[in-house]
Amino acid sequence: MENRIILDSLYKSFGELQAVNNVSMTVEVGEILGFIGPNGSGKSTTMKMATGYLKADSGTSTVCGVNMEINPKEAKKLIGYLPEGAPAYGEMTTIGFLNFIADIRGYYGKKRAIQIDKAVERARIKHVLHQQIDTLSKGYKRRVGLSQAIMHEPKILILDEPTDGLDPNQKHHVRELITEISKTTAIIVSTHILEEVDAVCSSVLLINKGNVVLNGSSSELRSKVESNNSIMIKIDPKHSEDLKRLLLTISSISKIDVLNETESNVNINVYPKENRVILTEVAKIIADQKFPVKDIYQNHIALDEAFRKLTV
Amino acid sequence: MLGNIYIILKRETKGYFSTPLAYIFISIFCGLTAAFTFYLGAFLERGQADLFPFFESHPWLLVLLVPSISMRLWAEERKTGSIELLMTLPITTFEAVIGKYLAAWVMIAIALALTFPMWITVNILGNPDNGVVMSSYLGSWLLAGQFLAIGSALSAMTKNQVIAFVISTAACFLFVMSGVEAVTGAIEGLVPNYVISIFSSMSSLDHFYEFVKGVIDLRSLLFYFTSIIFWLLLNIIIINIKKAA
Repeated sequence: MENRIILDSLYKSFGELQAVNNVSMTVEVGEILGFIGPNGSGKSTTMKMATGYLKADSGTSTVCGVNMEINPKEAKKLIGYLPEGAPAYGEMTTIGFLNFIADIRGYYGKKRAIQIDKAVERARIKHVLHQQIDTLSKGYKRRVGLSQAIMHEPKILILDEPTDGLDPNQKHHVRELITEISKTTAIIVSTHILEEVDAVCSSVLLINKGNVVLNGSSSELRSKVESNNSIMIKIDPKHSEDLKRLLLTISSISKIDVLNETESNVNINVYPKENRVILTEVAKIIADQKFPVKDIYQNHIALDEAFRKLTV
Repeated sequence: MLGNIYIILKRETKGYFSTPLAYIFISIFCGLTAAFTFYLGAFLERGQADLFPFFESHPWLLVLLVPSISMRLWAEERKTGSIELLMTLPITTFEAVIGKYLAAWVMIAIALALTFPMWITVNILGNPDNGVVMSSYLGSWLLAGQFLAIGSALSAMTKNQVIAFVISTAACFLFVMSGVEAVTGAIEGLVPNYVISIFSSMSSLDHFYEFVKGVIDLRSLLFYFTSIIFWLLLNIIIINIKKAA
């Protein structure tokens, strides 16, 4: 059996709006794909099609070799899914809800108790077992949803914003849990918290207005922004022309901007070609000529900025 | 398949009885049927040992009370988003629709069963034909089943429970009224006679009165069962269409 989920050329429109426009991805067991994009970019819609809740206009979702449209019941058995907002039956107690899920997943007897215990343990919801779900805090509700999704130890796990609204401790725990599970599971996790991508994901898929903008690693995402690894130098204006002239002799520089000119200070921004690290070359010129620089630093771009530049 | 239907049925039933919903519904139903029987139906003054005044009120109460149960069946799932959880579990739309429907129908059966003090009362006061009482109960339950199927299908179209309630009540009311002479009389002459006879044969009320008379007619049984199947199929289709929309 194939241990992967393949989404192939998914399309979905709602009336005039093309919500998802040719989105494809493959995630293997052991991988965690961070699925990012602004609100309303089509992340949830894609996940709904992947899990068989929505029917795609065209394209397929194949779960461990099982086609979601042709054999939905089998495919759904292989998936664990946490929908956005972790919906549950609010009038039930946590344990009542988990019992229902265990029934649907076909567990009975000893195995049933083991699977429920394991899910409770992993999601750390032991002390809210007999509480009504409606009365739980947002964090606990999310964890109940998570325990539901992982109870049958699925090969494929799809989590729609699992850490949204959690406090930093809870976020940390959920990330730990995701990392732990990923050894035996292919995970797609949507988020708009970008630190999460660096913290847990092995690859990134960025979409905007339904289109795939980037499919790769988080460093590739950073490299999409030209100011990545650029060098900012603060210097007296009377030296700026000399410095600029010398810097332009470095072959791996693409361009130089001069910003914020005042009486006593000017900022020179040096952009490298293809995100190369040029700090050594720049520092050498400054040291050789003894330029009186007041400040120098390398811009290591935040994912947030890359995200904004690619999606605005 | 039966396994999954039973699991859904069990969950829904627990849901009804873990909230005040089931208790309120059952109390109101028993209270109102009793009130109608004694005040409007003049049960004691009639001096007859039967439950006609009791069952006579059922269609009118069920027109209002059944949609109050059915309105939440799917509209609430849509509103809270739990439908997304339910429909991504390894069950079919058919199993979900039938399981939820049966749970509500069972609850109505419990409400009907709990009107048994009426039956005891009439047996103390006289010697009623208990066969007629039983067939009347069956008729009432089937009528409720039809309204429930209508309400369930219409509830799947919206996430607003109030809308689901209003359109379900209107639809059930139409099925009751199509047998009332004032309505059939009003369209007489406007349309061919066979249209009127089809129209009035669709009346839930006429078929219900067959049961109240003590007649379990195959045509009436067929009427309710085909009607229930039709609306539940529609229910499944609506949910699947919404999935593709």
